[in-house]
Amino acid sequence: MADYNVKTTGNTGPIQKGVSRPKPNPKWGREEESEMFAQNVKHFRQKKLSDDDFRRFRLQHGAYGSRLQMNYSMIRIKVPSGEVNPEQLEKIASLSEAFSIGSAHVSTRQNIQLHWVQLEDVSEVMTGLVEAGLTTREACGNTVRNVMCSHFAGVCPDEKFDATPYAKAIARFFIRNPMCQNLPRKFKINFACCDNHGLARIADIGLIPEIKDEKRGFKIYLGGGLGAASFIGHLLEDFTPENKLLSTCMATIRLFDRHGNRENMARNRMRYLVHEIGWDKFQKMVLKERSIVEMTTASYTSKLFDVRAEEETRPFPKAVNAKMVKLPMLNERVTLESPAYERWLHSNVVPQKQDGYFTAFITLAAGDITANQLRILAGAIREFSAEGTARNTPQQNLAIRYIQAVDLPDFYSRLGSIGLANPGALTIASAVGCSGTTSCNLAITNSHRLAKEVEYKFLELGLDTDDSLRDSTIKISGCPNSCGQHEIATIGFFGGASRIGPTMAPTYTMLFGGSAAEQSELGKAIMRVPAKRVIDTIRKIIEIYKQERSDSETLNQWINKIVRGEGTGSVRNIENMKASLTPVMQLLPVDQDPEVYSDYGSDARFSAKTAKGECAA
Amino acid sequence: MTIENASGSKTDTEEDIVVTNENHNFQLPIICNADTLRMLIRKDGVRVVDVRKTEEYQQEHIPSAVSLPLAQLLEKDIPSAILDLLQNLGISDKMPVVIYDNTFGALAARVAWSFQYIGHPNTALLEMTFSQWKNLGLEIETKINSFPMKKHSLTINHSIHADASYVEAAKEQPNKILIDSRERLNFLTEHIPKAKNIPYTMLGSNGSILRSPEEIRRYIENRGIPVDAEIITYCGSVGTLSGLTYYALKLAGIENVKLYSKSFREWKSLGKPKEEFKDANYWDLSAD
Repeated sequence: MADYNVKTTGNTGPIQKGVSRPKPNPKWGREEESEMFAQNVKHFRQKKLSDDDFRRFRLQHGAYGSRLQMNYSMIRIKVPSGEVNPEQLEKIASLSEAFSIGSAHVSTRQNIQLHWVQLEDVSEVMTGLVEAGLTTREACGNTVRNVMCSHFAGVCPDEKFDATPYAKAIARFFIRNPMCQNLPRKFKINFACCDNHGLARIADIGLIPEIKDEKRGFKIYLGGGLGAASFIGHLLEDFTPENKLLSTCMATIRLFDRHGNRENMARNRMRYLVHEIGWDKFQKMVLKERSIVEMTTASYTSKLFDVRAEEETRPFPKAVNAKMVKLPMLNERVTLESPAYERWLHSNVVPQKQDGYFTAFITLAAGDITANQLRILAGAIREFSAEGTARNTPQQNLAIRYIQAVDLPDFYSRLGSIGLANPGALTIASAVGCSGTTSCNLAITNSHRLAKEVEYKFLELGLDTDDSLRDSTIKISGCPNSCGQHEIATIGFFGGASRIGPTMAPTYTMLFGGSAAEQSELGKAIMRVPAKRVIDTIRKIIEIYKQERSDSETLNQWINKIVRGEGTGSVRNIENMKASLTPVMQLLPVDQDPEVYSDYGSDARFSAKTAKGECAA
Repeated sequence: MTIENASGSKTDTEEDIVVTNENHNFQLPIICNADTLRMLIRKDGVRVVDVRKTEEYQQEHIPSAVSLPLAQLLEKDIPSAILDLLQNLGISDKMPVVIYDNTFGALAARVAWSFQYIGHPNTALLEMTFSQWKNLGLEIETKINSFPMKKHSLTINHSIHADASYVEAAKEQPNKILIDSRERLNFLTEHIPKAKNIPYTMLGSNGSILRSPEEIRRYIENRGIPVDAEIITYCGSVGTLSGLTYYALKLAGIENVKLYSKSFREWKSLGKPKEEFKDANYWDLSAD
């Protein structure tokens, strides 16, 4: 273990934990909206409001119908830029206990979801959220959804500047904005911090901070997105200066609103429009529309986009640790036998661009966290994070930033006291899983539980300590609709049903070689895998990789090579790979091994039950 | 009417208020707040009942409290046995009784309901748990209290009790509403047909075992339950969670509330019909 030298920054006073004052209430929510929701639920029950009108209203306000039980809702709490403060976590804890299932769920788009809330109680939850400055407004429906921002924004060593205030200003400009209350379909905006982090290429609008001639701006990608058919976004222009950020977003949304397909729900995301029109033409249309927006937008309207108002103004204390601190960071080795704390440091903690500060990740199983864990965590954030907030991540974990090296052991023990000190957050062990059949109408398989099983198994095996697997990801969706973002995983899975012999069984289509960030690639479908063989299959792939790899090649690099047909050993391409994996797929007849024909979390015989989705309002 | 001095020792002159019959007749509200209880303790005009485990009581308790662990009451959950308990705790017919626990009020509620069922209406729940009382720095003591036996009459209050056959008949009647007090996932898994779910977790708030009557009333009204309906509460096994719901509904001004004290455990053992929901794997969302 090498010494990790934490530089001093002059200040030698007593160690100051936390910041002197919390951030002001961000006021995303509005009290009158919860009252209106309560009123409309009554009208709906009294049949004064039609099913369709109520559904549209309900989705606009962030309440999604639950699987085959429309009297219950999934409440999607928007967390613009993923920034969530301790008061908000505590509020979510108490609301989840009172009205939901006592756990909250971090989604892959930085929302926090409360499941199985009785429709009649949704307004009560909304009222509580407003007190903490949160909202569910436009979290579902044909609207601008939660505006994402890389959880590293502000601390990323490679970023040109902090995108967070821009993300929040964009979110604030478009929420409740009349221009996006009835779009052809949902609309997603993602901010990255740098070329390597974030999800800029798989959003309707994706933005990466850039500096040109000492001026701030963005690389803007349009028309990306994952779904039954996925596309990678196109670069609009080399550089979009900061002062054209709003007009570019407005122009894009206006074009989508005007030209988007309102007939065919299955093909009405903007990426289809871009695909049909052709990128060259769409690009010209956006640039032209932007000129029109610039010429016609009232200065009053432009002023509603206020980046300065969202900027961090609190001074953070300088890190004061002058000691040499031993931290087994990215470049160190740990093993299954290493002390648990070192294993956690290795896979959950990264240095920030701010000297002496670290970001620690909380490994959540498929994004789930209990009310009690949220409460204790809130206290730990107040005590140990100089910025006093958390960010939730699209990997369904939480990032706690601005922790000083000297505080990491105490922070770790605090997490350990509530079962939140699992390692593996930044490794292959931290599998992503959408909610699947635990709550979603569209789901065919229990992707949520499968992701948890993968994580438990991989941590048990210590795969988080294997650095050759570190840059690989596992992402699982319960249907082809990509909420689990399976297409940007090294090894992705989406759920389906297959007939095996005379019996229906839950299966997953496995994809290879997806990736996120600016060089995003979509995964290639390889083969179908029975649900109960997914873990064995991944382990077999790792085994083959270990036999076949050359030198320091990582699993991720090797898989990409196989996808390109450039393997150098006995497994050269996808066909060889399929042949090698076929033995793992063999199942005994159903009467001899009925368990492998059922899905996780269910003893009953599998049947693919779905109902109408509400992703489109 | 004689008044027992809890400690048997001389109290402060200031506290040595002449206790009149008036104190015995002090009519408790459904929820007794800390100040009222302290006043009553000072005047020696209340029987405080601690329903936590014996060991917990022995460590420390609210001054003058007697110990009646819930398990002891449930051992022989019949009116004559409960009457014996009342008498052995030195509780006479009109004596105000305040009950507390350290389990968000659910154990206290079940004992309070039993007392009211056999004819001791002047029973209240302390507004807070023992931990909250202690955290506020209020008085506690370690002395084990006992009082001379008292005679108590037996007047069964049938109107607050429901058994399985009553519940079975009630679920077909539109003016009778069944409320399941268990947590959401238990309710989704299986429940008595037509029951509505108000998880006990909705009832409490910070620092108090029950929310304000206005809030509880709003939850009821939101669910489309008329306030003049007859409501029967039940939970998983012995009527603790649903006991708390019983008091929440009374507090909210619902007149006609009954407790199905043997609850879903008995219902299932009798092989009565259930509604189940198996089309979603909701248990896998729990992070526990």
